[in-house]
Amino acid sequence: MEQVAVNPWVALAYLVSGVCFILALRGLSSPTTSQRGNRYGMIGMAIAVVTTLVTHVPTVSLIVEGEDYAAILSRVDKSAVFEILAAIGVGAAIGITTARRIAMTAMPQLVAAFHSLVGLAAVLVAVAAYLNPVAFGIADVVTPLIGQPFAVIHQVSRIEMILGVAIGAITFSGSVIAFLKLNGNMGGAPILLPARHPINLGLGLAIAWFAFSFWATQSPWDFWIVVLLSFAIGFLLIVPIGGADMPVVVSMLNSYSGWAAAAMGFTLHNTAMIITGALVGSSGAILSYIMCRAMNRSFISVIAGGFGQTAEAGGAGGAKVDRPWKRGSAEDAAFLMSQAEQVIIVPGYGMAVAQAQHVLREMADKLKEHGVRVKYAIHPVAGRMPGHMNVLLAEANVPYDEVFELEDINSEFAQTDVAFVIGANDVTNPAAKTDKTSPIYGMPVLDVEKAKTVLFVKRSMGGVGYAGVDNDVFYMDNTMMLLADAKKMVEEIVKSLD
Amino acid sequence: MDFVAILSIFVLACFVGYYVVWSVTPALHTPLMAVTNAISSVIIVGALIASAAAGSTGSKWLGLLGVVLASINIFGGFAVTSRMLAMYKKKERPAVAKH
Repeated sequence: MEQVAVNPWVALAYLVSGVCFILALRGLSSPTTSQRGNRYGMIGMAIAVVTTLVTHVPTVSLIVEGEDYAAILSRVDKSAVFEILAAIGVGAAIGITTARRIAMTAMPQLVAAFHSLVGLAAVLVAVAAYLNPVAFGIADVVTPLIGQPFAVIHQVSRIEMILGVAIGAITFSGSVIAFLKLNGNMGGAPILLPARHPINLGLGLAIAWFAFSFWATQSPWDFWIVVLLSFAIGFLLIVPIGGADMPVVVSMLNSYSGWAAAAMGFTLHNTAMIITGALVGSSGAILSYIMCRAMNRSFISVIAGGFGQTAEAGGAGGAKVDRPWKRGSAEDAAFLMSQAEQVIIVPGYGMAVAQAQHVLREMADKLKEHGVRVKYAIHPVAGRMPGHMNVLLAEANVPYDEVFELEDINSEFAQTDVAFVIGANDVTNPAAKTDKTSPIYGMPVLDVEKAKTVLFVKRSMGGVGYAGVDNDVFYMDNTMMLLADAKKMVEEIVKSLD
Repeated sequence: MDFVAILSIFVLACFVGYYVVWSVTPALHTPLMAVTNAISSVIIVGALIASAAAGSTGSKWLGLLGVVLASINIFGGFAVTSRMLAMYKKKERPAVAKH
């Protein structure tokens, strides 16, 4: 039944390309090897693209076996070649310009936008393969006694194709919503439709039914219905998920874009696509798992959405209680930190919003001049995507060996003079350790309250964190609240440190 | 290649992915997402086949559009990754000498 004539050299080239992609991810195990890894990725991609271009040259008529090169060359459809190269050129120009101009704080929405493109490209390839299956070597042409000859797509290919198109469509519409939320075009708050679980379940079952029917009959109706329903379910799945759960969503969509590529790899019998799909798919899945673990929530509960809505009712009551708290000034903060032996800075999403990373580094430099040891503590879900804070600090020239993950630094707070919390809240809340009724109970948190002094930069006392829970750290004797815009406050501290 | 051979490659690649990704340092999780994005655009292979094939105009144009989208991702993804990775620097020598 196999129709694809696989030239061993071609198969080998795709295998090499797949191995390059493995090396690309392997390089990311350390910042020192990461750039070399990225170059492996580029080489792998170049091999895959060139191999495909050479083995699928568009021709004006079929190449006859045994023809010499000159004859083959004369059959090449030059305008088609030009179109393909132009398409690559247009994409390259848009891609490189975007990559150069994008602000580091906008990285989460850029990644979401890129995911949507992978999803849409997968849909386009699947549709193209459906419309012209013979060109992809996945169909037999049957000539009936009466009527036109038609292509019968192999049944295995039908499953692979319908899976690819469905996952691609979900990735596309889900990523578009994630992009709109991250970019602020759409409110970050979860939008909850009544009966959304039955609707999603119904849609999922419908997709499965029509996919099964496509497998059995190759009916165009089934194919297009699956495409439409998949777009719809991707949209409905992401709409009810709130802003701070975006790290999980972005990771999940990352995973989906991989599975979509893998499904198309099965259709095309292409090793590079299958290896890449498996790598990207597991990468996204692992990142989602890490993010969920860091929030102590199950993947299902994040995807079910609506976090923070129910919690607000319970948490708001706690926030109303008038408890005494201390307010500090930039001068106080500057004095306390300059006298310290060690300061640990805890950045959160608020730092990204205020674009305070550069001035924060200036502050750390000033403190170092005073002989203070400065470290940064990063919670895995700080920010809107995995590793978001690390990139922002790297952008501000903070050396990566001053930046520590939660488990590596948490024991140090007890021996630290000042914990400087900027734009983070829930990830420092001790209620996660003690209060079983709290919605964030069980989430691993940074033990900032153990430091001798906690400086908490926050816009105002009114707002509570994303989870809608009050934070006991605000009211502790050793806490000083610095109420201001994060960037302005740090700028003032820098001035006072002179 | 028959289906089982392809499936074997896929399953083994999943295991490779699992171990390789766990060894990625958390500090580089954002570049990881950007680079996985770029490499998953290897789907351009399918788009190239579609745009080079004769027989269906619709398929050809969808393929070309796919080539554009995947190229945005490939060039954009690798460029933004290398831009990010270039920012990760170790502590400078004088700073180390202080301690």
